[in-house]
Amino acid sequence: MSIKGKAYVMGAFEHPTRDAPDKTTAQLHTESAKGALADAGLSFDDVDAYFCAGDAPGFGAMSMVDYMGLKNVRHMDTTETGGSSYLVHLNHACQAIAAGKVNVALITLAGRPRHGGGRPGAPGGGGRPPVGLTDGAPEAGFENIYGGSTHNTYGMCAMRHMHDYGTTSEQLAWIKVAASNHAQWNEHAFLKDVVTVEQVVNSRMIADPLHLLDCCVVTDGGGAVIVTSPEVARSLNRPKVKVLGAAEAPKMPLGGRNLDLTYCGAVWSGPPAFAEAGVTPQDMKYASIYDSFTITVLMTLEDLGFCAKGEGGRFVSDGNLISGVGKLPFNTDGGGLCNNHPTNRGGITKIIETVRQLRGEAHPKVQVPNCDLALAHGTGGSLGVRHAAATVIMEREA
Amino acid sequence: MSDVMTRAIPAPAVTVETKPFFDAAAEGRFLIKRCTACGEAHWYPRAMCPYCHSDQTVWEESPGEGVIYTYSVMHRAPTGPYAIGYVTLNEGPAMMTNFVDVAPDGLKIGMKVKVKFQPTEGGPPVPVFAPA
Repeated sequence: MSIKGKAYVMGAFEHPTRDAPDKTTAQLHTESAKGALADAGLSFDDVDAYFCAGDAPGFGAMSMVDYMGLKNVRHMDTTETGGSSYLVHLNHACQAIAAGKVNVALITLAGRPRHGGGRPGAPGGGGRPPVGLTDGAPEAGFENIYGGSTHNTYGMCAMRHMHDYGTTSEQLAWIKVAASNHAQWNEHAFLKDVVTVEQVVNSRMIADPLHLLDCCVVTDGGGAVIVTSPEVARSLNRPKVKVLGAAEAPKMPLGGRNLDLTYCGAVWSGPPAFAEAGVTPQDMKYASIYDSFTITVLMTLEDLGFCAKGEGGRFVSDGNLISGVGKLPFNTDGGGLCNNHPTNRGGITKIIETVRQLRGEAHPKVQVPNCDLALAHGTGGSLGVRHAAATVIMEREA
Repeated sequence: MSDVMTRAIPAPAVTVETKPFFDAAAEGRFLIKRCTACGEAHWYPRAMCPYCHSDQTVWEESPGEGVIYTYSVMHRAPTGPYAIGYVTLNEGPAMMTNFVDVAPDGLKIGMKVKVKFQPTEGGPPVPVFAPA
Protein backbone atom coordinates (compact mmCIF):
# COMPACT_ATOMS: atom_id res chain seq x y z
CA MET A 1 0.00 0.00 0.00
CA SER A 2 1.35 3.40 -0.94
CA ILE A 3 0.83 6.59 1.08
CA LYS A 4 0.97 8.68 -2.09
CA GLY A 5 -1.75 11.30 -1.96
CA LYS A 6 -3.37 9.69 1.10
CA ALA A 7 -2.39 12.36 3.65
CA TYR A 8 -1.73 16.11 3.82
CA VAL A 9 0.39 18.35 6.03
CA MET A 10 -2.20 20.99 6.96
CA GLY A 11 -0.65 22.65 9.99
CA ALA A 12 2.89 23.73 10.83
CA PHE A 13 4.22 25.92 13.60
CA GLU A 14 7.73 26.83 14.71
CA HIS A 15 7.89 28.15 18.24
CA PRO A 16 9.39 31.68 18.10
CA THR A 17 11.52 31.29 21.23
CA ARG A 18 15.22 30.45 21.07
CA ASP A 19 15.81 30.87 24.81
CA ALA A 20 13.23 29.70 27.34
CA PRO A 21 14.34 30.12 30.97
CA ASP A 22 10.76 30.42 32.30
CA LYS A 23 8.91 27.64 30.52
CA THR A 24 8.79 23.87 30.93
CA THR A 25 9.46 21.41 28.11
CA ALA A 26 5.86 20.15 28.34
CA GLN A 27 4.67 23.74 28.00
CA LEU A 28 6.78 24.28 24.84
CA HIS A 29 5.37 21.07 23.32
CA THR A 30 1.85 22.26 24.04
CA GLU A 31 2.36 25.82 22.80
CA SER A 32 3.80 24.34 19.60
CA ALA A 33 0.80 22.00 19.25
CA LYS A 34 -1.60 24.89 19.78
CA GLY A 35 0.19 26.92 17.11
CA ALA A 36 0.09 24.12 14.55
CA LEU A 37 -3.57 23.35 15.23
CA ALA A 38 -4.46 27.05 14.90
CA ASP A 39 -2.50 27.19 11.65
CA ALA A 40 -4.55 24.27 10.31
CA GLY A 41 -7.86 25.54 11.67
CA LEU A 42 -8.32 22.56 13.98
CA SER A 43 -8.66 22.07 17.74
CA PHE A 44 -7.10 19.76 20.31
CA ASP A 45 -10.34 17.74 20.27
CA ASP A 46 -9.83 16.96 16.56
CA VAL A 47 -6.53 15.15 17.23
CA ASP A 48 -6.88 11.37 17.13
CA ALA A 49 -3.20 10.44 16.71
CA TYR A 50 -0.21 11.75 18.65
CA PHE A 51 3.50 11.40 17.86
CA CYS A 52 6.51 12.42 19.96
CA ALA A 53 10.09 11.24 20.52
CA GLY A 54 12.65 11.18 23.31
CA ASP A 55 12.53 14.95 23.89
CA ALA A 56 9.02 14.58 25.36
CA PRO A 57 9.22 14.60 29.17
CA GLY A 58 8.16 11.87 31.57
CA PHE A 59 6.28 8.95 30.08
CA GLY A 60 6.50 10.32 26.54
CA ALA A 61 3.19 10.18 24.68
CA MET A 62 1.27 9.22 27.79
CA SER A 63 2.53 12.18 29.84
CA MET A 64 1.98 14.55 26.93
CA VAL A 65 -1.50 13.31 25.91
CA ASP A 66 -2.54 13.85 29.53
CA TYR A 67 -0.82 17.25 29.96
CA MET A 68 -2.18 18.59 26.67
CA GLY A 69 -5.67 17.33 27.35
CA LEU A 70 -5.98 15.25 24.19
CA LYS A 71 -9.27 13.41 24.78
CA ASN A 72 -9.71 11.58 21.49
CA VAL A 73 -6.36 9.92 20.77
CA ARG A 74 -6.61 6.40 19.31
CA HIS A 75 -3.06 6.05 17.95
CA MET A 76 0.28 6.82 19.62
CA ASP A 77 3.84 6.51 18.27
CA THR A 78 6.97 7.38 20.22
CA THR A 79 9.54 6.20 17.68
CA GLU A 80 12.92 7.60 18.77
CA THR A 81 15.59 8.13 16.12
CA GLY A 82 17.03 11.40 17.46
CA GLY A 83 16.70 14.42 15.21
CA SER A 84 15.08 12.51 12.35
CA SER A 85 12.25 11.22 14.59
CA TYR A 86 9.72 13.81 13.36
CA LEU A 87 10.20 12.89 9.70
CA VAL A 88 9.81 9.24 10.66
CA HIS A 89 6.65 10.28 12.53
CA LEU A 90 5.37 12.06 9.44
CA ASN A 91 5.86 8.85 7.45
CA HIS A 92 4.12 6.78 10.15
CA ALA A 93 1.27 9.30 10.44
CA CYS A 94 0.67 9.02 6.69
CA GLN A 95 0.63 5.23 7.00
CA ALA A 96 -1.91 5.30 9.84
CA ILE A 97 -4.11 7.75 7.92
CA ALA A 98 -3.80 5.77 4.67
CA ALA A 99 -4.86 2.64 6.56
CA GLY A 100 -8.01 4.47 7.65
CA LYS A 101 -7.15 4.26 11.36
CA VAL A 102 -7.06 8.01 12.10
CA ASN A 103 -7.77 11.40 10.52
CA VAL A 104 -5.79 14.08 12.38
CA ALA A 105 -2.23 13.42 13.57
CA LEU A 106 -0.25 15.79 15.78
CA ILE A 107 3.58 15.63 15.90
CA THR A 108 5.45 17.73 18.47
CA LEU A 109 9.06 18.47 19.43
CA ALA A 110 10.40 20.77 22.16
CA GLY A 111 13.24 21.18 24.62
CA ARG A 112 15.46 23.57 26.59
CA PRO A 113 19.13 22.60 26.17
CA ARG A 114 20.20 26.15 27.08
CA HIS A 115 18.66 25.63 30.51
CA GLY A 116 19.57 22.07 31.40
CA GLY A 117 16.52 20.62 29.73
CA GLY A 118 18.26 18.89 26.85
CA ARG A 119 19.11 15.26 26.49
CA PRO A 120 22.72 14.26 25.99
CA GLY A 121 23.87 13.81 22.39
CA ALA A 122 23.38 10.35 20.99
CA PRO A 123 26.91 8.98 20.90
CA GLY A 124 28.33 10.92 23.82
CA GLY A 125 27.93 10.45 27.52
CA GLY A 126 30.84 10.04 29.85
CA GLY A 127 30.12 6.49 30.91
CA ARG A 128 29.04 6.16 34.52
CA PRO A 129 31.27 4.10 36.80
CA PRO A 130 29.81 0.62 36.77
CA VAL A 131 29.30 -1.18 40.03
CA GLY A 132 29.90 -4.75 38.96
CA LEU A 133 28.27 -5.65 35.68
CA THR A 134 25.81 -3.48 33.77
CA ASP A 135 23.15 -4.28 31.21
CA GLY A 136 22.80 -1.05 29.24
CA ALA A 137 23.49 -0.20 25.61
CA PRO A 138 25.55 -3.12 24.26
CA GLU A 139 28.10 -0.85 22.57
CA ALA A 140 28.62 1.40 25.61
CA GLY A 141 31.76 -0.28 26.98
CA PHE A 142 33.47 0.03 23.60
CA GLU A 143 32.36 3.51 22.53
CA ASN A 144 31.17 5.81 25.30
CA ILE A 145 34.61 5.79 26.94
CA TYR A 146 36.37 7.50 24.03
CA GLY A 147 34.95 11.00 24.35
CA GLY A 148 32.74 10.87 21.30
CA SER A 149 30.52 13.90 20.78
CA THR A 150 28.48 14.98 17.81
CA HIS A 151 31.34 17.32 16.81
CA ASN A 152 34.14 14.80 16.61
CA THR A 153 32.08 11.89 15.29
CA TYR A 154 30.85 14.07 12.39
CA GLY A 155 34.42 15.34 12.17
CA MET A 156 35.54 11.77 11.46
CA CYS A 157 33.10 11.63 8.52
CA ALA A 158 34.37 14.91 7.11
CA MET A 159 38.00 13.80 7.53
CA ARG A 160 37.42 10.60 5.55
CA HIS A 161 35.26 12.34 2.92
CA MET A 162 38.10 14.82 2.33
CA HIS A 163 40.56 11.92 2.08
CA ASP A 164 38.49 9.90 -0.39
CA TYR A 165 37.01 12.68 -2.53
CA GLY A 166 39.19 15.76 -2.07
CA THR A 167 36.42 17.73 -0.38
CA THR A 168 37.75 20.96 1.16
CA SER A 169 36.91 23.13 4.17
CA GLU A 170 36.12 25.97 1.74
CA GLN A 171 33.50 23.82 0.01
CA LEU A 172 31.91 22.89 3.34
CA ALA A 173 31.93 26.58 4.27
CA TRP A 174 29.67 27.38 1.30
CA ILE A 175 26.88 25.46 3.05
CA LYS A 176 27.08 27.76 6.07
CA VAL A 177 27.35 30.80 3.80
CA ALA A 178 24.12 29.78 2.03
CA ALA A 179 22.30 29.19 5.34
CA SER A 180 23.44 32.58 6.67
CA ASN A 181 22.26 34.33 3.50
CA HIS A 182 18.78 32.94 4.22
CA ALA A 183 18.85 33.57 7.98
CA GLN A 184 19.36 37.32 7.54
CA TRP A 185 15.69 37.57 6.53
CA ASN A 186 14.34 35.48 9.43
CA GLU A 187 13.47 37.75 12.36
CA HIS A 188 13.56 34.76 14.75
CA ALA A 189 16.90 33.33 13.57
CA PHE A 190 19.44 32.74 16.35
CA LEU A 191 22.27 33.94 14.07
CA LYS A 192 21.28 36.60 11.52
CA ASP A 193 24.68 37.77 10.27
CA VAL A 194 25.73 36.84 6.75
CA VAL A 195 29.13 35.12 6.85
CA THR A 196 31.79 34.52 4.21
CA VAL A 197 33.77 31.42 3.29
CA GLU A 198 36.82 33.07 4.85
CA GLN A 199 34.98 33.67 8.13
CA VAL A 200 33.92 30.02 8.31
CA VAL A 201 37.35 28.53 7.60
CA ASN A 202 39.03 31.01 9.95
CA SER A 203 36.64 30.34 12.83
CA ARG A 204 37.95 28.36 15.81
CA MET A 205 38.69 24.68 15.13
CA ILE A 206 36.34 22.51 17.19
CA ALA A 207 36.94 18.94 15.99
CA ASP A 208 39.16 18.42 12.93
CA PRO A 209 38.26 19.35 10.26
CA LEU A 210 35.08 21.07 11.51
CA HIS A 211 35.28 24.70 12.60
CA LEU A 212 32.91 26.54 14.93
CA LEU A 213 30.90 27.84 11.98
CA ASP A 214 30.55 24.33 10.54
CA CYS A 215 28.38 23.51 13.57
CA CYS A 216 24.67 24.14 14.13
CA VAL A 217 23.31 26.42 16.83
CA VAL A 218 22.10 25.25 20.25
CA THR A 219 18.61 26.63 20.91
CA ASP A 220 15.61 26.14 23.14
CA GLY A 221 12.28 25.92 21.40
CA GLY A 222 10.02 23.57 19.54
CA GLY A 223 7.63 23.00 16.71
CA ALA A 224 4.64 20.97 15.64
CA VAL A 225 3.02 19.60 12.50
CA ILE A 226 -0.54 18.48 11.73
CA VAL A 227 -1.16 15.66 9.24
CA THR A 228 -4.70 14.92 8.05
CA SER A 229 -6.74 12.67 5.79
CA PRO A 230 -7.81 14.04 2.37
CA GLU A 231 -11.37 14.50 3.69
CA VAL A 232 -10.22 16.68 6.60
CA ALA A 233 -7.79 18.55 4.31
CA ARG A 234 -10.64 19.47 1.94
CA SER A 235 -12.64 20.90 4.85
CA LEU A 236 -9.84 23.30 5.85
CA ASN A 237 -9.17 26.75 4.48
CA ARG A 238 -5.39 26.32 4.03
CA PRO A 239 -3.13 25.51 1.05
CA LYS A 240 -2.93 21.73 0.75
CA VAL A 241 0.52 20.13 1.05
CA LYS A 242 0.20 16.56 -0.16
CA VAL A 243 2.65 13.86 0.90
CA LEU A 244 3.82 11.95 -2.18
CA GLY A 245 6.38 9.58 -0.75
CA ALA A 246 8.33 8.78 2.40
CA ALA A 247 10.92 6.30 3.58
CA GLU A 248 13.31 5.74 6.47
CA ALA A 249 16.46 3.69 7.03
CA PRO A 250 19.02 3.08 9.78
CA LYS A 251 22.77 2.90 9.08
CA MET A 252 24.97 1.18 11.63
CA PRO A 253 28.55 -0.12 11.94
CA LEU A 254 27.08 -3.68 11.97
CA GLY A 255 30.08 -5.51 13.34
CA GLY A 256 32.67 -3.14 11.90
CA ARG A 257 33.26 -4.89 8.55
CA ASN A 258 33.60 -2.55 5.54
CA LEU A 259 33.04 0.55 7.66
CA ASP A 260 32.39 3.49 5.33
CA LEU A 261 31.62 6.83 6.96
CA THR A 262 31.48 8.74 3.67
CA TYR A 263 27.84 7.90 2.97
CA CYS A 264 24.68 8.02 5.06
CA GLY A 265 21.28 6.33 5.36
CA ALA A 266 19.90 8.62 2.66
CA VAL A 267 21.18 6.07 0.13
CA TRP A 268 18.35 3.84 1.37
CA SER A 269 15.69 6.35 2.44
CA GLY A 270 15.94 8.44 -0.74
CA PRO A 271 15.27 5.99 -3.61
CA PRO A 272 12.05 4.43 -2.21
CA ALA A 273 10.70 7.88 -1.30
CA PHE A 274 11.38 9.20 -4.82
CA ALA A 275 9.95 5.99 -6.36
CA GLU A 276 6.77 6.19 -4.30
CA ALA A 277 6.37 9.85 -5.28
CA GLY A 278 7.18 9.12 -8.94
CA VAL A 279 9.68 11.99 -9.12
CA THR A 280 13.45 12.46 -9.21
CA PRO A 281 15.87 14.62 -7.19
CA GLN A 282 16.24 16.90 -10.19
CA ASP A 283 12.49 17.67 -10.05
CA MET A 284 12.79 19.25 -6.58
CA LYS A 285 12.26 23.02 -6.43
CA TYR A 286 13.39 23.23 -2.80
CA ALA A 287 15.02 20.95 -0.21
CA SER A 288 15.14 21.04 3.59
CA ILE A 289 18.33 19.09 4.37
CA TYR A 290 19.30 18.19 7.93
CA ASP A 291 22.20 20.43 8.88
CA SER A 292 23.63 19.51 12.26
CA PHE A 293 26.99 20.23 10.60
CA THR A 294 28.00 21.33 7.13
CA ILE A 295 29.25 17.82 6.31
CA THR A 296 25.77 16.43 7.08
CA VAL A 297 24.34 18.48 4.20
CA LEU A 298 27.11 17.61 1.76
CA MET A 299 26.87 13.84 2.31
CA THR A 300 23.06 13.89 2.26
CA LEU A 301 22.88 15.79 -1.04
CA GLU A 302 25.20 13.23 -2.64
CA ASP A 303 23.35 10.26 -1.19
CA LEU A 304 19.90 11.54 -2.19
CA GLY A 305 21.18 11.84 -5.78
CA PHE A 306 21.30 15.62 -6.21
CA CYS A 307 24.84 15.07 -7.52
CA ALA A 308 27.23 12.16 -8.04
CA LYS A 309 29.01 10.65 -5.02
CA GLY A 310 32.08 12.70 -4.23
CA GLU A 311 30.82 15.72 -6.18
CA GLY A 312 29.09 17.32 -3.19
CA GLY A 313 31.86 19.83 -2.61
CA ARG A 314 31.58 21.21 -6.13
CA PHE A 315 27.77 21.05 -6.00
CA VAL A 316 27.42 23.26 -2.90
CA SER A 317 30.05 25.82 -3.96
CA ASP A 318 29.53 29.29 -5.39
CA GLY A 319 26.10 29.81 -3.84
CA ASN A 320 24.36 26.86 -5.48
CA LEU A 321 22.21 26.39 -2.34
CA ILE A 322 21.20 30.07 -2.05
CA SER A 323 17.62 30.91 -2.98
CA GLY A 324 17.53 33.13 -6.05
CA VAL A 325 21.17 32.39 -6.85
CA GLY A 326 21.72 28.64 -7.14
CA LYS A 327 19.99 25.62 -8.60
CA LEU A 328 18.89 24.03 -5.31
CA PRO A 329 17.58 26.46 -2.69
CA PHE A 330 17.94 24.77 0.71
CA ASN A 331 17.01 25.58 4.32
CA THR A 332 15.59 28.99 3.49
CA ASP A 333 14.76 29.64 7.17
CA GLY A 334 18.50 29.59 7.90
CA GLY A 335 18.37 25.94 8.99
CA GLY A 336 20.00 24.46 12.04
CA LEU A 337 23.25 26.17 11.09
CA CYS A 338 21.80 29.67 11.69
CA ASN A 339 18.12 29.74 12.59
CA ASN A 340 17.08 27.04 15.04
CA HIS A 341 18.00 23.54 16.20
CA PRO A 342 15.55 23.11 19.08
CA THR A 343 16.71 20.68 21.75
CA ASN A 344 19.53 19.55 19.42
CA ARG A 345 17.00 18.04 17.01
CA GLY A 346 16.40 19.63 13.63
CA GLY A 347 13.75 17.33 12.19
CA ILE A 348 10.56 19.28 12.74
CA THR A 349 11.95 22.58 11.45
CA LYS A 350 12.87 20.75 8.23
CA ILE A 351 9.20 19.87 7.69
CA ILE A 352 7.99 23.34 8.69
CA GLU A 353 10.13 25.30 6.20
CA THR A 354 9.20 22.83 3.43
CA VAL A 355 5.53 23.51 4.18
CA ARG A 356 6.15 27.28 4.15
CA GLN A 357 7.82 27.03 0.74
CA LEU A 358 5.06 24.86 -0.77
CA ARG A 359 2.38 27.24 0.56
CA GLY A 360 4.26 30.27 -0.76
CA GLU A 361 4.55 31.54 2.83
CA ALA A 362 8.34 31.66 3.15
CA HIS A 363 9.96 35.09 3.54
CA PRO A 364 9.62 36.95 0.19
CA LYS A 365 13.41 37.31 -0.01
CA VAL A 366 13.87 33.51 0.03
CA GLN A 367 10.56 32.21 -1.39
CA VAL A 368 11.20 29.94 -4.37
CA PRO A 369 8.96 30.99 -7.30
CA ASN A 370 6.26 28.45 -8.12
CA CYS A 371 7.53 26.02 -5.49
CA ASP A 372 5.25 23.05 -6.07
CA LEU A 373 7.53 20.09 -5.29
CA ALA A 374 9.95 19.81 -2.37
CA LEU A 375 11.76 17.44 -0.07
CA ALA A 376 12.54 17.28 3.64
CA HIS A 377 15.28 15.03 4.95
CA GLY A 378 16.31 14.19 8.51
CA THR A 379 19.31 12.57 10.14
CA GLY A 380 19.15 11.35 13.74
CA GLY A 381 22.02 10.03 15.85
CA SER A 382 25.52 10.45 14.44
CA LEU A 383 26.69 9.89 10.87
CA GLY A 384 30.00 8.84 12.45
CA VAL A 385 28.56 6.04 14.58
CA ARG A 386 24.91 4.98 14.11
CA HIS A 387 22.02 6.99 12.76
CA ALA A 388 18.62 6.85 11.10
CA ALA A 389 17.67 8.76 7.95
CA ALA A 390 14.19 9.79 6.84
CA THR A 391 13.08 11.37 3.55
CA VAL A 392 9.66 12.87 2.81
CA ILE A 393 8.56 14.30 -0.55
CA MET A 394 5.68 16.79 -0.63
CA GLU A 395 3.71 18.61 -3.31
CA ARG A 396 1.48 21.66 -3.33
CA GLU A 397 -1.95 20.64 -4.55
CA ALA A 398 -3.33 23.18 -7.00
CA MET B 1 56.03 19.29 17.18
CA SER B 2 53.42 19.78 19.86
CA ASP B 3 53.05 17.59 22.92
CA VAL B 4 51.63 14.10 22.58
CA MET B 5 47.97 13.64 23.42
CA THR B 6 46.67 11.94 26.53
CA ARG B 7 43.14 11.64 27.83
CA ALA B 8 41.68 10.43 31.13
CA ILE B 9 39.22 7.65 30.29
CA PRO B 10 36.23 6.76 32.46
CA ALA B 11 35.50 3.19 33.51
CA PRO B 12 33.83 1.18 30.75
CA ALA B 13 30.44 -0.46 31.22
CA VAL B 14 31.13 -4.20 31.50
CA THR B 15 28.40 -6.74 30.76
CA VAL B 16 28.13 -10.49 31.19
CA GLU B 17 28.87 -10.75 27.45
CA THR B 18 32.00 -8.64 27.57
CA LYS B 19 33.56 -9.51 30.95
CA PRO B 20 36.12 -11.90 29.35
CA PHE B 21 37.35 -9.05 27.15
CA PHE B 22 37.98 -6.74 30.08
CA ASP B 23 39.45 -9.55 32.24
CA ALA B 24 41.97 -10.18 29.44
CA ALA B 25 42.57 -6.45 29.07
CA ALA B 26 43.58 -6.36 32.74
CA GLU B 27 46.29 -8.90 31.79
CA GLY B 28 47.37 -6.84 28.77
CA ARG B 29 45.81 -9.19 26.22
CA PHE B 30 43.62 -7.86 23.38
CA LEU B 31 40.72 -10.15 22.46
CA ILE B 32 38.34 -10.00 19.53
CA LYS B 33 35.35 -12.19 18.77
CA ARG B 34 35.30 -14.53 15.78
CA CYS B 35 32.43 -16.70 14.57
CA THR B 36 33.41 -20.32 13.97
CA ALA B 37 30.35 -20.87 11.74
CA CYS B 38 31.06 -18.17 9.11
CA GLY B 39 34.67 -17.40 9.99
CA GLU B 40 34.15 -13.63 10.32
CA ALA B 41 35.62 -11.49 13.07
CA HIS B 42 33.42 -8.67 14.39
CA TRP B 43 33.59 -5.64 16.69
CA TYR B 44 32.29 -4.79 19.33
CA PRO B 45 32.22 -8.32 20.79
CA ARG B 46 28.84 -10.07 20.91
CA ALA B 47 27.64 -13.53 21.96
CA MET B 48 25.86 -13.93 18.62
CA CYS B 49 27.56 -13.26 15.28
CA PRO B 50 26.08 -10.12 13.67
CA TYR B 51 26.76 -11.58 10.21
CA CYS B 52 25.39 -15.16 10.26
CA HIS B 53 23.62 -15.10 13.66
CA SER B 54 25.33 -18.24 14.88
CA ASP B 55 26.02 -18.43 18.61
CA GLN B 56 29.29 -20.23 17.90
CA THR B 57 31.49 -17.20 18.55
CA VAL B 58 34.84 -17.54 20.30
CA TRP B 59 37.37 -15.16 21.83
CA GLU B 60 40.59 -14.87 19.86
CA GLU B 61 43.76 -13.14 20.98
CA SER B 62 44.80 -10.45 18.51
CA PRO B 63 48.10 -8.58 18.17
CA GLY B 64 45.93 -5.46 17.92
CA GLU B 65 47.49 -4.12 14.74
CA GLY B 66 45.78 -2.12 12.04
CA VAL B 67 45.56 1.18 10.20
CA ILE B 68 43.72 4.43 10.93
CA TYR B 69 40.45 4.55 8.94
CA THR B 70 39.63 8.07 10.12
CA TYR B 71 40.09 10.37 13.11
CA SER B 72 39.21 13.77 14.54
CA VAL B 73 41.12 15.80 17.09
CA MET B 74 38.80 17.49 19.60
CA HIS B 75 40.21 20.94 20.32
CA ARG B 76 37.67 22.24 22.81
CA ALA B 77 38.24 19.75 25.64
CA PRO B 78 39.10 21.39 29.00
CA THR B 79 42.01 18.99 29.59
CA GLY B 80 43.62 19.51 26.19
CA PRO B 81 43.15 18.07 22.72
CA TYR B 82 42.41 14.38 22.23
CA ALA B 83 41.88 12.20 19.19
CA ILE B 84 38.97 9.87 18.53
CA GLY B 85 39.01 7.61 15.50
CA TYR B 86 38.46 4.22 13.96
CA VAL B 87 41.17 1.60 13.44
CA THR B 88 40.66 -1.08 10.80
CA LEU B 89 42.15 -4.13 12.48
CA ASN B 90 44.18 -6.55 10.35
CA GLU B 91 41.51 -9.14 11.14
CA GLY B 92 38.96 -6.97 9.28
CA PRO B 93 36.62 -5.09 11.62
CA ALA B 94 36.93 -1.39 12.35
CA MET B 95 36.75 -0.22 15.98
CA MET B 96 36.36 3.13 17.69
CA THR B 97 39.26 4.21 19.89
CA ASN B 98 41.48 7.05 21.11
CA PHE B 99 44.94 7.69 19.70
CA VAL B 100 47.76 8.31 22.20
CA ASP B 101 51.53 8.93 22.20
CA VAL B 102 51.15 11.16 19.15
CA ALA B 103 50.87 14.90 18.62
CA PRO B 104 47.56 16.41 17.46
CA ASP B 105 49.11 17.09 14.04
CA GLY B 106 50.82 13.69 13.85
CA LEU B 107 47.91 11.52 12.72
CA LYS B 108 47.19 10.41 9.16
CA ILE B 109 44.57 8.20 7.56
CA GLY B 110 46.27 4.92 6.67
CA MET B 111 48.90 5.22 9.44
CA LYS B 112 49.87 1.88 11.03
CA VAL B 113 48.94 1.69 14.69
CA LYS B 114 49.13 -0.86 17.50
CA VAL B 115 46.99 -1.42 20.57
CA LYS B 116 48.02 -0.57 24.10
CA PHE B 117 45.97 -0.58 27.25
CA GLN B 118 45.18 2.50 29.25
CA PRO B 119 44.02 2.44 32.88
CA THR B 120 40.57 3.91 33.54
CA GLU B 121 39.08 5.72 36.48
CA GLY B 122 37.98 2.86 38.73
CA GLY B 123 37.46 0.23 36.04
CA PRO B 124 39.43 -2.20 33.88
CA PRO B 125 41.91 -0.87 31.30
CA VAL B 126 40.64 -0.21 27.77
CA PRO B 127 42.27 -0.42 24.32
CA VAL B 128 43.79 2.70 22.81
CA PHE B 129 46.17 2.88 19.84
CA ALA B 130 49.59 4.42 19.25
CA PRO B 131 51.71 4.70 16.10
CA ALA B 132 53.26 1.30 15.33
